Amino acid sequence: MDISTSVDTHHEPHAHDEAHEHHELGFWRKYIFSTDHKVIGIQYGLCGLSFLFLGFCLMMLMRWQLAYPGQALPVIGKWLPQIFGPGSMPDGKMTPDFYNSLGAMHGTIMIFAGVVPLAFAAFGNFVVPLQIGAPDMTFPKVNAASFWAFGVGGVIMLISFFVPGGPAKSGWTSYTPLADIADTGPGHNPVFNGQTLWLIGFIFLITSSLLGAINFITTIIQLRAKGLTWMRLPFFVWAQFVTAFLLVLAFPPLEAAIIMQLMDRVAHTSFFLPVGLVVNGVPAYISGGGSPLLWQHLFWFLGHPEVYVLILPAFGIVAEILANNSRKPLWGYKSLVFSVLVIGFLSFIVWAHHMWMTGMGSAVSAFFQTTTLLISIPSVIILSAFFISLWGGSIRFTVPMLFATAFLPMFGIGGLTGIPLAFNSADLYLHDTYYIIAHFHYIVAPGTIFGLFAGIYYWFPKATGRKMNDFWGKVHFWPTLICMNAIFLPMFLQGMVGMHRRWYDGGQGWTLANAHTVWGLTGFEWNKPISWAAWIMGLAQIPFIINFFWSIRHGEKVNDNPWEATTLEWTAPSPPPHGNFLTPSVAYRGPYEYSLPGRERDFTMQNEPVEPAERTRRKAPEELVPA
Amino acid sequence: MEIPYTVSNRPDTGLWNAKIGIWLFLASEVMLFGGLFSAYIFLRIDSPPGMWPHGLLNVPVGTMNTAILIMSSVTVVLAWASLKMRRYRAYWWYMLATISCGIIFLTVKLAYEWPQKFDHFGVYIKTEALGKYEQYLGNEYAAEKGLPPRLEITGHLHNRAAQKDPNIKEYEVALDPLNADPTNPAMDRPHFWPRPATEKIATIEKEDVQYATMFEPRHSAYFASYFTITGLHGLHVLGGVLVFIYMWLPVSKRLYQRNPEHLANRVEVCGLFWHFVDLVWIFVFPLFYLL
Amino acid sequence: MVGAILLAFTGITVALSYVHFGTQKANIAVAMLVATLKAGLVAAIFMHLAAEKRLIYRILIFTGFFVLGMFWLILFAWYDYPIFR
Repeated sequence: MDISTSVDTHHEPHAHDEAHEHHELGFWRKYIFSTDHKVIGIQYGLCGLSFLFLGFCLMMLMRWQLAYPGQALPVIGKWLPQIFGPGSMPDGKMTPDFYNSLGAMHGTIMIFAGVVPLAFAAFGNFVVPLQIGAPDMTFPKVNAASFWAFGVGGVIMLISFFVPGGPAKSGWTSYTPLADIADTGPGHNPVFNGQTLWLIGFIFLITSSLLGAINFITTIIQLRAKGLTWMRLPFFVWAQFVTAFLLVLAFPPLEAAIIMQLMDRVAHTSFFLPVGLVVNGVPAYISGGGSPLLWQHLFWFLGHPEVYVLILPAFGIVAEILANNSRKPLWGYKSLVFSVLVIGFLSFIVWAHHMWMTGMGSAVSAFFQTTTLLISIPSVIILSAFFISLWGGSIRFTVPMLFATAFLPMFGIGGLTGIPLAFNSADLYLHDTYYIIAHFHYIVAPGTIFGLFAGIYYWFPKATGRKMNDFWGKVHFWPTLICMNAIFLPMFLQGMVGMHRRWYDGGQGWTLANAHTVWGLTGFEWNKPISWAAWIMGLAQIPFIINFFWSIRHGEKVNDNPWEATTLEWTAPSPPPHGNFLTPSVAYRGPYEYSLPGRERDFTMQNEPVEPAERTRRKAPEELVPA
Repeated sequence: MEIPYTVSNRPDTGLWNAKIGIWLFLASEVMLFGGLFSAYIFLRIDSPPGMWPHGLLNVPVGTMNTAILIMSSVTVVLAWASLKMRRYRAYWWYMLATISCGIIFLTVKLAYEWPQKFDHFGVYIKTEALGKYEQYLGNEYAAEKGLPPRLEITGHLHNRAAQKDPNIKEYEVALDPLNADPTNPAMDRPHFWPRPATEKIATIEKEDVQYATMFEPRHSAYFASYFTITGLHGLHVLGGVLVFIYMWLPVSKRLYQRNPEHLANRVEVCGLFWHFVDLVWIFVFPLFYLL
Repeated sequence: MVGAILLAFTGITVALSYVHFGTQKANIAVAMLVATLKAGLVAAIFMHLAAEKRLIYRILIFTGFFVLGMFWLILFAWYDYPIFR
């Protein structure tokens, strides 16, 4: 994708004679094909939220099968086969293939079409240029291109639901050789089948992330306002910076692997197919010579940095909200920055902890066990710094603060339950069980997604000039928190009792799942309460959806800085105009100057000049940001 | 407000925006081709003796293509230098040279090399039937000399219909020199100049065949990686050529007249991409053609 | 001119490929050495890397570290897998 092509010379903001011109753009250029980072951010946000909702619905369908295996889904079970084809749910009863499809697409959509676009692209696009005092991203057209690549990729993923054979069903991890041979043969189109469309859609999603990440890094390096040094950046910007680096360097090997899997499926190569492969009892007529493990290595080379891509933006959002709602600076800013850089670096060399069961030798697995344990240290530092930041603060529980404080113990549980998995000996038992599902969902669901909800409630006033309704925000929060725990806490127990992932019947036919009871129920029996908690949680999202859309027009109008925050985005009008700031921003101080002694207000914005009196009375402004 | 540092340097980094952008993009491309090269490495070290072919690609043509790409790298640097010296006419000619080199590279690859491969046929013989075709394989001779075993008979397929028609029970192959005369010491190692298929015909029974295809991606891990890597590389060459064409058309003259430094920067950025493409080829050429 | 040097090196690469340095591994090593030299010239001179700013170096060093790490770590694990040959 070329960064510097410009067919339309009107909107080159950098041409020297354009400074005073501001063309009125038509509807399409203003709202649909916009190059303004705020519009693009909102586009990503709305699409990301929609995909999150879709992924959630897929999960709710799966939960029916797990709780009541083989039974017809009431009411909607009749018309689902109309949508997804007769192979999905004949008579409302889920087929194993459809269950697998739901599982694979739930994972893929949630991660790559939901959380990454929302956490990284939406929040990053909207907030980062505002927080660094920039008029836009460095490459606005590339930004638009990245959104539309995401759009195309998302649409292809959606189309895959409606092709003969159904969507991809080989797991979101698409392990070969199964993924190579799935969705082929009679009844399947050579190109328009679920798995191949998944691969093609994925290429677009990857391209979108790559372009976006390049934009972010360049913007943060080049467009920081005057006086905004690296150590005065809000932690959110640091988090997005590291996330962008992870995307730039980790995604391409997966893209290479996807191209190879595409070649395997379409050109009948054997990149991942070993000699002697037998399919359906017949030796496959292939050249062989490939290696299924090559796919796993290349996949997880991205896969691990990907999970840090999922969490780091949430760390950033939570940091901002905690500081703002405890009215004191973040504790340990330097440690936070250092930790996030170390996490970024280490995340590239831990990937094989997803592959403990593949038979690596002891030397290599010792290496990966060590790096995996090492990477837990900066994560703990970050979480601890957040907890300590609350100490002694004047905490006010606004809706964003509710989600941000809930994030802390939830992420704590998720992270700590990961520690046993760093040991290949413990993982031998826990791999592919519900323990793993609980572990990563605790991090992403009551972890990242709570961070994202917090961010939406927090920055909604900046984007619209209105606040979301507080009461309904709390109605959204409490059931969601309780249900998240009701869903995922028992899963740890299910996993430890031996229940495996990706079982179509929810463990009904498996001895281990029915042999032992834990907290009164067998592994299989726990599926019911978990499913009910999931469906109730679905209901709890309805207030949020209504609140979100209703508040755009009818929410309480607020001024430019309703949360009384210190960072630069709150100096811009709400919503910010094209070009963001009315006057160029200058930063004189750190990002979290709350509760400075001797001042009437309990917050001082970043662009407030430092008075000489202030300087002599205490340390220089730079040092006011605690080390 | 305009976006700063699109042409001028930001003081603390000393760079303008697109420079950082393109290097980040190239970093991601390094990882992309790195992923593909890692596939090449691991599939090659996994291949049993005799299963990784040598000497199947046309070395003189590959060498010429390498030279063409290197030339185009030179001309794009000269084009950029001309722009910096504000000599538009010279820039235009150098850019034309670059584009032409790129197009020649692609034509040679897509209109000559690849179709030549698709026309060539290879049959892997089943292990139990190797003795039967000893006259074409010369495995005893190879074992004596410490050469890797020969498991494949290659050449031109005369009865094309045999590939699709299950009723035809054998392949008629006009043998390559190695299979026509396997015990000739001149055949031990690949030659620089490609040797055409001979007139000697061999008949190979389908039941002795492990796997038979033309030289396509599906033929072996070698050709799979070859076609994938050169294919992706070719797509990058094509992309570069298209962008260069855009920078060479009259629309670029307008940008030159308005802000020549901006055009120079754009050419520099695209030139960087082009050099990277050349760089990848510098590694692809020995790995596939020579080793 | 650098271009001429590169062309000469290409010729050397081809010629060297017909010299036998003992094992196949040694052949590959020699060819890769020459290729790296050529690539280095392209990078340093054509891509002007020799005169580039620190930031670009940092980006590339991290990239190089990670891509080599990817190769090496997979390689270390590779020979432990007897099954998938």
